Amino acid sequence: MAIAWEHFTPWSALLGGGLIGLAAAWLMLLNGRIAGISGQLGGLLERAGDWPERGAFVVGLVLAPAAVWLTGGGAVSANLDGASPALLIVAGLLVGFGSRLGGGCTSGHGVCGLARRSPRSLAATLCFMTAGFATVYLLRHVGG
Amino acid sequence: MGRVLSALGAGLLFGIGLIVAGMSNPAKVRGFLDLAGAWDPSLALVMAGAIAVATPAFLLAGRRGETVLGGSLALPTTRAITPRLLLGSLLFGSGWGLVGLCPGPALVLAGTLAPEAVLFMAAMLVGMLLFSGFERRRA
Repeated sequence: MAIAWEHFTPWSALLGGGLIGLAAAWLMLLNGRIAGISGQLGGLLERAGDWPERGAFVVGLVLAPAAVWLTGGGAVSANLDGASPALLIVAGLLVGFGSRLGGGCTSGHGVCGLARRSPRSLAATLCFMTAGFATVYLLRHVGG
Repeated sequence: MGRVLSALGAGLLFGIGLIVAGMSNPAKVRGFLDLAGAWDPSLALVMAGAIAVATPAFLLAGRRGETVLGGSLALPTTRAITPRLLLGSLLFGSGWGLVGLCPGPALVLAGTLAPEAVLFMAAMLVGMLLFSGFERRRA
């Protein structure tokens, strides 16, 4: 392992992480909800009783690049130029189905679950991290 | 109405946090997942920062037993570590590694209207709907 110091951005990572934590705290303290994106989105798709709240949370996320741009933060780039449509579709299906089957994703298990000291979320986080590390390893160092 | 506006604000702040943190940059996420290459540890600090801020809020909410507005808390009650938790997380992690997008950043980037990001989000929504269909058939 070699650390890519030239790409390491500790301050923006901590600041952005802090804002994510603040948003999760906000949704819990004011709405009583876990800020798990896959859970919020999954319930919205299933038209759960509280769908307006879920929909508003999702709309807020979608509007974030516009908000950053309007406040002078520049245009957010998707940075997905090299990805083929087939890869995007397969990965999207895996992320959507897998995060619902596993009851959460990076936000619900990785942030909120770990902040609640949930052993279940720790197990889930270890699984998706391991799978993520393994997939990138196979793509970049074995198959690629 | 207040609750809906509050959720909108929380979503907006969450999305801005993802952008500031670099989580909405798939190349950066894959740099974090590339342990064997030139490893960018930044995203570990994103998680640490988020958890550090969220932890006291969850403790406070748990102690109060209700929201600041007097509403109920929807906290997960499942405690068992089940095969579906592990299998689902493994599938999710594989998809995350393939492109470098998890659900939050997928929604944020769809907001830029980049065709690749919109396609990824559409496939993700189909994956979630497939799960809902699979759940209904089991029930």
